[in-house]
Amino acid sequence: MEIVMAFVIGILFMSATYLMLSKSLLRIIIGTGLLSHGAHLLILTMGGLKRGTVPLLGEEASSYTDPIPQALILTAIVISFGVTAFFLVLAYRAYKELGTDNTERLRGNEGND
Amino acid sequence: MSLLHLAIISPFLLAIFIPILYKLFRNIHTGWFVLPLPILLFSYFLSFISITSTHKTITESVPWIPAIGVDFIAKVDGLGLLFALLITGIGSLVVLYSIYYLSKDKEKLNTFYVYLLLFMGAMLGVVLSDNLIVLYTFWEFTSFSSFLLIGYWYDREKSRYGAQKSMLITVLGGLSMLGGIILLYIMTGTFNISEIIAQAAGITENPLFIPALICILLGAFTKSAQFPFHIWLPDAMEAPTPVSAYLHSATMVKAGIYLVARMTPVFASEGLWVWLIAGFGIATLFWGSFNAVRQTDLKAILAFSTISQLGMIMSLLGLGAAALHFDDVKNSFYGAATLAAVFHLFNHATFKGSLFMVVGIVDHETGTRDIRKLGGLMNFMPITFTLAIIGTFSMAGLPPFNGFLSKEMFFTGMIRVLELDIFNFETWGMLFPVIAWIASVFTFIYSMVLVFKTFTGKYQPEKLEKKPHEAPMGMLISPIVLASLVIIIGFFPNILANSILSPALESILPNNNIDVHISFWHGFKPELFMTIGVIALGILLFLTLPKWKRVYDFFPKKLTLNRLYDNGLELIQRASNKLTKTYMNGSIRTYLVYIFAFFIFILATTIAVKNAFIFDTSNISSIGFYEVLLALAIVIGSISILFVNSRMTAIILLGAVGYTVSLFYVLFRAPDLALTQLVIETISVALFLLCFYHLPKKRNEERNRFKLTNAIISIGVGAIVTVIALSAHSNKVFDSISEYYVENTYTEAAGKNMVNVILVDFRGFDTLFEITVLTIAALGIFAMIKLRMGGKKKNENK
Repeated sequence: MEIVMAFVIGILFMSATYLMLSKSLLRIIIGTGLLSHGAHLLILTMGGLKRGTVPLLGEEASSYTDPIPQALILTAIVISFGVTAFFLVLAYRAYKELGTDNTERLRGNEGND
Repeated sequence: MSLLHLAIISPFLLAIFIPILYKLFRNIHTGWFVLPLPILLFSYFLSFISITSTHKTITESVPWIPAIGVDFIAKVDGLGLLFALLITGIGSLVVLYSIYYLSKDKEKLNTFYVYLLLFMGAMLGVVLSDNLIVLYTFWEFTSFSSFLLIGYWYDREKSRYGAQKSMLITVLGGLSMLGGIILLYIMTGTFNISEIIAQAAGITENPLFIPALICILLGAFTKSAQFPFHIWLPDAMEAPTPVSAYLHSATMVKAGIYLVARMTPVFASEGLWVWLIAGFGIATLFWGSFNAVRQTDLKAILAFSTISQLGMIMSLLGLGAAALHFDDVKNSFYGAATLAAVFHLFNHATFKGSLFMVVGIVDHETGTRDIRKLGGLMNFMPITFTLAIIGTFSMAGLPPFNGFLSKEMFFTGMIRVLELDIFNFETWGMLFPVIAWIASVFTFIYSMVLVFKTFTGKYQPEKLEKKPHEAPMGMLISPIVLASLVIIIGFFPNILANSILSPALESILPNNNIDVHISFWHGFKPELFMTIGVIALGILLFLTLPKWKRVYDFFPKKLTLNRLYDNGLELIQRASNKLTKTYMNGSIRTYLVYIFAFFIFILATTIAVKNAFIFDTSNISSIGFYEVLLALAIVIGSISILFVNSRMTAIILLGAVGYTVSLFYVLFRAPDLALTQLVIETISVALFLLCFYHLPKKRNEERNRFKLTNAIISIGVGAIVTVIALSAHSNKVFDSISEYYVENTYTEAAGKNMVNVILVDFRGFDTLFEITVLTIAALGIFAMIKLRMGGKKKNENK
């Protein structure tokens, strides 16, 4: 299963990169969303999949799945949500102020940098 | 922290209080608050003479960064003390002079004295540090304060130009010097000068020895305005005259000479050291004096004169270093050049300091420094005239002033080169006395120009802004003190001999047996005839100056070093601007391409170099039906996002991928993740749709065209990540630390959900910061939605 997942992750990263390289702000944000999914699955896969039961001591099983990747991912999910939300509002405001969501047109004016 | 350290940093401490004092006592000239410090320090350093004159040194150490061998070691020896006395002594006189020179009503005195004190402290640090890194730090501080002082009248274009030029050239040399210091450290394992000197014999064969030598010399040459780096000094004359007198003639420009003197015991064994210093020194001597004659600005004459005199001291130090190769009689024979260098160093500070102050007085009282406008001032300013005569005659090398003595000793040193038979001096050594003599003739001429074109000749009141009159007494005190020194040392040179010169000489040439007794009359030796020749030819050429001045026109104006500097600077600015523009084109996409390309490159090379790609299928889990289904869903979902044109579809597909991922979490035994992901995904999709509602309608020209470069880069990133995922699974370098949590979750934290316990207990701080990040994001979002930055126009300029 890990090998299958490795390819799934690779495809997620690939799509994410392609989206981030486009001009539209919305597509870039969707790209970052896909990228974080890929990263989360990567962390989970690296810890090994389906070894033991869920990491709840109440299960009283002989072995548990590695809890550390899960703890890491939980943090990452929340952070990536924060980032996505921030990006979205940024795109919204940029559009409101500048009238475009095309990054090629969002360049600062030349004399001012 | 000893009293010595306190003395070095006291100017810095006083500098902190200057702005406050300036604010509180506007009626009192701020200079009066500064003046006591250099006087106090001068008397403090005088008390060291009794110690150093017995060839003892005092070392006090304060740890600074002991881990890398950098301690603030303050060391007083003969050489350091000579400079410390110059810095504080001339410093006192300059501060006194500046009180009358700078008007307290018109000038920003607070900044002036802060800069001046910064310089004083930094310069003391340079000459009294035994640790090279500390020395370097102070060294750059002197460049920095010199920059600020040259640019003191920053509303003048020329001041800014001069400040930048001096900064660029001296800091360039300083960096090179730092390189030299590090090379010395690599060879010897220490930054302490005394320890490096102790190891000097062992490092001469080291391949880094010559590079270190050249790097250190670059630092010294740029600082001491040696040819071809001298071009910054004339432009530095834009500084107020007290600054020119202090930094750009008596002290800072001598830091390079100090460095050469200090490092002589380390490098003198190498013939290159002797040749480079003596060669560049004599070239500077000639070029400086030759160019001084054609200047029409009094301060420009003094600037080129300073360059020339610095070259003279430099060349003497270079030749004197040869003495270290000999014992007994010959040691003293060649070491005489070093004695001349040290003696002239002192004399130059006295007569040049007084001359700068005289020129400052002329400028102050007439409003111009142009010798074409000046003339006949003798009757208006008799005292200033007398001071000018003393200064210039000493500079020209006329008896009975101190310049005569050191000039004679200079000739002695140069003549003795003829007998030097090492480092190929027997072939080229001839040139030294010849060039020295020619340069002395020019020195004589510009000295005469300086005094006679200003004070004698026709008085032209119509060309002057003010009616000239004698300067106030306060302004005259400092040059009078210096001029008296010129005469006193001229008659009684030996009061310096054992107290100051001999200890300083000991630091440059350890274990020398040089006779420091200076005598006025040497008998009818070649030196005397050389001096007489200089005077005779000098007078002749001075009188016929208008006839041969056209010689200077032969030098093409387009090929000067200044032109080279200006064009070079412009070229660098234009080239770097162009270069930056080629890759910093302002497009986010381009920057992301760089980032991703670098990502692929660095990871691929690392994996290739380290042979990190391992594919091991022995320890993998089974593949279930549902998992394959979910995997297919993610693959199809994420790839179709790339091709859909509708934004709505893209958002829905992203949501679908997110929900599938949370289903994966269920299958992979991560219930907490699945719950969180479900909630977050729902909110995210809602947010996306909300924004989508506000975003512009899609225009046709913005359809997503397929781009090959983007595709290649994306496939590269995907492939690299897959490779990493495969290798990470097959490579277990360390044992997992998960067992610790499995065992301790309940006993330590009394919780049964391991993931939760890790988050809120074991890694509680991580979670705290996570919340902080969310808060910041929330604040940012709130600000972006609520805040309106003024009108529309302001936003456009953002």
